[in-house]
Amino acid sequence: MKTTALPKDSDSLTAESSRSSDRGIAPAGPRRRGPAGPGRPGGPGRPGRIISRAMLYVVLTVLSAAVLVPFIWMLVSSLKADSEVFTAPIQWIPKSFHWENFADIWTEIPLWTYLGNSLFLSVVITALQVLTGSFAAYGFAKVRFPGRDVVFMAYIATIAVPWQAYMVPQYIIMQKLGLVNTHLSLILLQAFGAFGVFLMRQYYLTIPDEVSEAARLDGLSEYGIWARIVLPLSKPALASLALLTFVNTWNDYMGPFIYLTDNNLWTVQLGLRSFVGMYSSEYAMIMTGSVLSVLPILVVFLLGQRYFVQGIATSGMK
Amino acid sequence: MSEISGAPATAPAAATAAAGATALDKTSGAGGPGKTSNTAALKRRRRRTALVGWSFILPNLLGFAALTLVPVVATLLLSFTDWNSYNTPQWIGFDNFRRMWDNDNFWTALSNTSWYAAGHIPLTMAASLGLAVLLNQKLRGVAFFRTAFFFPYITSLVAVAVVWNMLFNPDAGPVNQLLKAVGMAHPPGWTTDTDWALPAVIITSVWRDMGYYMVLYLAGLQAIPAELYEAARVDGAGAWKRFWHVTVPSLRPTTFFVLVMLTVSSFKVFDLVQVMTEGGPGRSTLVLSQLIFREGITQGRFGYSSAISLVLFVIVLIITVTQFRFQRRNER
Repeated sequence: MKTTALPKDSDSLTAESSRSSDRGIAPAGPRRRGPAGPGRPGGPGRPGRIISRAMLYVVLTVLSAAVLVPFIWMLVSSLKADSEVFTAPIQWIPKSFHWENFADIWTEIPLWTYLGNSLFLSVVITALQVLTGSFAAYGFAKVRFPGRDVVFMAYIATIAVPWQAYMVPQYIIMQKLGLVNTHLSLILLQAFGAFGVFLMRQYYLTIPDEVSEAARLDGLSEYGIWARIVLPLSKPALASLALLTFVNTWNDYMGPFIYLTDNNLWTVQLGLRSFVGMYSSEYAMIMTGSVLSVLPILVVFLLGQRYFVQGIATSGMK
Repeated sequence: MSEISGAPATAPAAATAAAGATALDKTSGAGGPGKTSNTAALKRRRRRTALVGWSFILPNLLGFAALTLVPVVATLLLSFTDWNSYNTPQWIGFDNFRRMWDNDNFWTALSNTSWYAAGHIPLTMAASLGLAVLLNQKLRGVAFFRTAFFFPYITSLVAVAVVWNMLFNPDAGPVNQLLKAVGMAHPPGWTTDTDWALPAVIITSVWRDMGYYMVLYLAGLQAIPAELYEAARVDGAGAWKRFWHVTVPSLRPTTFFVLVMLTVSSFKVFDLVQVMTEGGPGRSTLVLSQLIFREGITQGRFGYSSAISLVLFVIVLIITVTQFRFQRRNER
């Protein structure tokens, strides 16, 4: 496959230094250097420029409003009474604000337990994925040994295989091990994914071999090179991988849905889904739960969105 | 496949230079005696390197092999066996596939999955490319818009499904209120209507996924050399012409990647359907992954469900390989 996102990648190595310059959700590319893209109408000072600019803003505002409407509706409904959620015409501002929804939900469902479980799984899986993924990636990218490329091909090949195609044998293995209905089953299933290895390897390949070569001649062992040289150099990629894994695990529904039956082990997603199933007419409370399940992700995302986007753009590069 | 030709960034390059200098000093100091090293020592060093290399990949490889590679191979083998929770596996050749051929649920699921893909792939592609083109400019506040379009993608699926289910509420949901407001007397019943449930799922999925592919397209757009646009402008090409003759051809590698990703993700769609409609009403949104789940995990028919899994995999494989072929021919 051809490279699609090259400039971004070389840029991400220097991301530390250019942090302040690019806050937005963009693969930090050469955007700042070259002239802007195709939509740019002529040079500066053209008469049509201001009008087309204004039109672009209108279009973008309308589009983003349309995309964000479900969130606004969710937030507004979470502060209403059940009977006020579905009204014609829609009340975009609640008649009275039912802040107590956000207090009541904690007693209505064991939300603390769910949040704790989600947090536990997300943190453990992310830590393991980042650790083993970056460790293996070093072997694939920087050490030459027989069998390496064959094994890596196996990793690549499975990325193309839909997970649903092998979930049944996975389930059988877990059943035989007696791990169904434990958090351990999900940790084992999700911590050793090929994605992390792939993402980190792509990044390590952009670190020139001379760096590790020189450290080797200086007497550092391979493990030392990984820990002291390559790992610190790859902070942006580590951050990308950590954030992507964390959010994916937090949002995962199928894993917990298949493996966890005990209410005490449920994650936020599972708990919210079951709440919807049981109290389908408590519309406002359902929206309250939805808001609370999205909130942690919103915070994580806003803190690290640059790494997010870089991670996605890197995974699009083969 | 994984060649990276990006220019080395400045930071590591500087590190290289510095480290290289010290390394040079060391080697020049210990020059002479190294020449006498024989092949045995070389072999030993190779073996050590191999051990070190394997030690790096092993922690991940063990987990990966046991829980991904083995199951993938097992799916292949199990699909030719009769095996459920109560008996031992028995080789039955193609019986599972014959049974699948005669099974209504399978054809319904296959057809629904294909329809989903037929809607999801082009719509997501068009939406994400459109957004990327709009947003690929120097514009005050562009970061806000990018974040807004990307946000649905990282929102949890359950919240997405729950909210959209309510938006699609046939009587008082905002979607139908809007449709009534613009003059549609009998708007569709969406998730309660067998004909409209799948379109409702597709709309939700496009809304959710377009931000992700937008990011991929933005990366692709930023890799297009500005000179191409300048040249086109000098030749008198308008914005529309520039889009079709510069942007679209230059984006071909990105488009190809997006297409492959979208295809794979469409055919394995599961969680959105499971949470939004659970395959209903009736079987109107039953998809292949759901059928695998029901047969394999709920019913414990391991052999039969593996056969469906194999079919799902082969479909994805055929489409992906075809796309690869097509791409390669276009490149020539």
